[in-house]
Amino acid sequence: MGGIEAQREMPNPPPPPAALSGPAHAADLVYNPSDMATAREELRAEQGDLRAYRVLIDRLETQFQEGGNGYKWDAQAWYGSDINKLWLKSEGNGTYRGRVEEGDLQVLWSRAISPYFDLQAGGRVNFGPGPQRTDAVIALQALMPYSYNVEASLFLSNKGELRSRLEAEYDLLITQRLILQPRVELNLSAQNIRELGVGAGLSTVEAGLRLRYEFIPEFAPYVGIEYERKVGNTAGYARASGEDVGSFKYLVGLRSWF
Amino acid sequence: MLSRRALLARGAALGSAAALSPMLPAWARSGTRGVPPTLPTLSGRDIALEIGHMPFTVGGRTGRAIAVNGTVPAPLLRLREGETFRIAVTNTLDEVASIHWHGFLIPFQMDGVPGVSFPGIRPHETFVYELPIKQSGTYWYHSHSGLQEQVGLYGPIIIDPATPDPVAYDREHVLVLSDWSFMAPERIITQLKQEQGHFNRNNLTAAGLFSDDPAQQMSLEDRVKWAKMRMDPTDISDVTGAIYTYLINGHGPAENWTGLFRPGERVRLRVINSSAMTVFHVRIPGLRMTVVNADGENVRPVPVDEFQISVAETYDVIVQPTENRAFTIVAEAVDRSGTGRATLAPRLGMSAPVPPLRSRPLLGMDDMGMAGMGSMGSGGMSGMDHGSMAGGSMAGMGHAAKARGGAMKGGGSMAGMGHGAMPGGGSMGSMNMDMDMRNPANVPPNVDVGVGVDMVAPEPQDRTGNPGLGLENAGHKVLTYRDLIALKPNPDRRRPSRTLEINLTGNMYRFMWSFDGRKFSDGVEPIRFARNERVRVTMVNNSMMQHPMHIHGHFMELVNGHPGHHPLKHTINVLPGSKVTFDITANNPGDWAFHCHLLLHMHAGMFNVVTVRPLDREPA
Repeated sequence: MGGIEAQREMPNPPPPPAALSGPAHAADLVYNPSDMATAREELRAEQGDLRAYRVLIDRLETQFQEGGNGYKWDAQAWYGSDINKLWLKSEGNGTYRGRVEEGDLQVLWSRAISPYFDLQAGGRVNFGPGPQRTDAVIALQALMPYSYNVEASLFLSNKGELRSRLEAEYDLLITQRLILQPRVELNLSAQNIRELGVGAGLSTVEAGLRLRYEFIPEFAPYVGIEYERKVGNTAGYARASGEDVGSFKYLVGLRSWF
Repeated sequence: MLSRRALLARGAALGSAAALSPMLPAWARSGTRGVPPTLPTLSGRDIALEIGHMPFTVGGRTGRAIAVNGTVPAPLLRLREGETFRIAVTNTLDEVASIHWHGFLIPFQMDGVPGVSFPGIRPHETFVYELPIKQSGTYWYHSHSGLQEQVGLYGPIIIDPATPDPVAYDREHVLVLSDWSFMAPERIITQLKQEQGHFNRNNLTAAGLFSDDPAQQMSLEDRVKWAKMRMDPTDISDVTGAIYTYLINGHGPAENWTGLFRPGERVRLRVINSSAMTVFHVRIPGLRMTVVNADGENVRPVPVDEFQISVAETYDVIVQPTENRAFTIVAEAVDRSGTGRATLAPRLGMSAPVPPLRSRPLLGMDDMGMAGMGSMGSGGMSGMDHGSMAGGSMAGMGHAAKARGGAMKGGGSMAGMGHGAMPGGGSMGSMNMDMDMRNPANVPPNVDVGVGVDMVAPEPQDRTGNPGLGLENAGHKVLTYRDLIALKPNPDRRRPSRTLEINLTGNMYRFMWSFDGRKFSDGVEPIRFARNERVRVTMVNNSMMQHPMHIHGHFMELVNGHPGHHPLKHTINVLPGSKVTFDITANNPGDWAFHCHLLLHMHAGMFNVVTVRPLDREPA
């Protein structure tokens, strides 16, 4: 095998010229070339160019807390190819007595930039009582080493304010169906935005634990606890308007996808 | 041979028999006496097949199948070497259909791959295949359109040899293994894109740390190391028993297909893995099997207790039950999420115990493409590699010892691992996780190490001496590729004039699969061979999934340490993180498909076209 060993430095030398001779597509000599061209395109699309979708309701929960129970949602949906996707995200909360307190909807174009990272860009609209912003969004969604999921978003508002949200969650399988999910969310701001009650620096911290039971992976009710705290100037604004800066919640909710 | 009229008459007879036992041809019906050479199955020079929708019932539930002549599996075709057959295939579906003759050495325009060999069979049209048969053995046929194969479009073929068969037997049975799901295959692949490991119901769990379950025996430290790599040591099969019912001849485990024998007879079992996604481990407790044929080609007889059959492979085994009792045929899914079950019995109604599912294997260093030693899983540190090397088949090992391009960090600590430093019990204690698992320097420059490539095997090993995931410690003789020795000498004794490395690549998180980092849909350059060129091809598996690699229109000579008698295969299973070399003489001009035979891997992009030029019609 001396000849083979000698070529090992270059594992893929070009084929001999004869391999490049003749027609590009052998079957064109036997069948109607335009039928073959159609079939070739179908074959190309069929082997790898699949469009998929997912709707994920990550958190749909009732929050039991002092001073009135509320609800929260956090959902995502995507459609597209392996590399490019249209990605929608929405989250918000409210009280059962009142209206939605705050909510948002992001519309993003998502592009896979590495095996585990998606870079996303688009816009966000916010809704609820009081003054609102519209934001341009850049986000990074990733599966990190140690297999936890991270979402980091940067929001630039129509008034030039820069804010950021960092979320991380991890699925710890206690059994095949019982899953404990620790989750942390940090909100940051580059400046004081008094009318939104947001202070510069770290503004809020959320830490939660959710224990879900996957009857099937697509349907998993959960219970949980969560602590949310405003910090820094944000806490100052809250105190000034007579709000609590920290709150502790018991959660009952549903995680579902299709 | 039969006249066309006689054939039609037979078709009618079959039709009425099918009415008594709906949906199954005679050979697949439970209690069959086997397939005597004179059995009126579909044979003769003119054969008519009709592809159409049909309800399919298993386990008391009915789903929607695509069948041939109203049966799943499709009818057994019995052909003869040296003759030419005309097979008219009518498509009654509202979509393009096709039939590919798996493993056949026929002219490219009859190979049946839409977009490569022909335009496909359009709805409500008939295509007449003309098949000059130059080979013999056990083969099969299946759709090469969309995902039709997953929903029932597959059937067995026996080609009788023109010369006396060197394999002596008194009776033969065909065993078509397959995986059936009531979930539409389009939905299955979508769910795989939606969530990694979605169908795995046998993950490592926190509770498992405190249990005796062998499938959970991995230390916390090792679990953390796996998590750090974002890899899952329990991700053995993409699609599992969570949604699959494993079938033998169209029967679920409860239906218990039964084949009859008379004690003392030599029974030839022609085993075909027609699954879309399932690698099986086949055994018959209480019976030794002698492997006599692989992928249609005779091999020197190998007595075994068990063998792995990857998707699209075929093995013929001889068994000789002498006792007047039943034997269970067990076709266990590699991930142990379920089993196909059938029975060999002297009389209908007899059965034997069905052994419980064994423990799910765990992936180990070998599967990551590191120079480990045997597989780490299931406590499987019995020194398998050394054992099989002692058996004398060393040739494949020469390349195996070579690391790839020095990508190892702290390589010194690897030395100890390669030589039995591993403690038993499946620990990866000494595993060096600092090794770069995605270094582009470890693959040729033509490989695109991008989004679709989550791993580059740092030092892939030749694992043709490995019996298969989870079988290293089976406690009895399991077939390995190194046991296969062609009965006839290899026809082309020339030394290959060129080498070619094909990298099998993927991203498990996104369920992307490709060759050299490019999906077929990306618009890839075909693999080009000159006519009659002899090439040595090495397939390097840079993933932790196994891939049954299939080339159309040619046999691959599996380089397994028996030069001159390398087994000829149409499908070669490449274990996770390993490499396999084959020699090929590109003597069949035309365009040919080359792909992973896991249907959903192919559908995710693991496909390419091989061209062989010049063609017959050109000036050479």
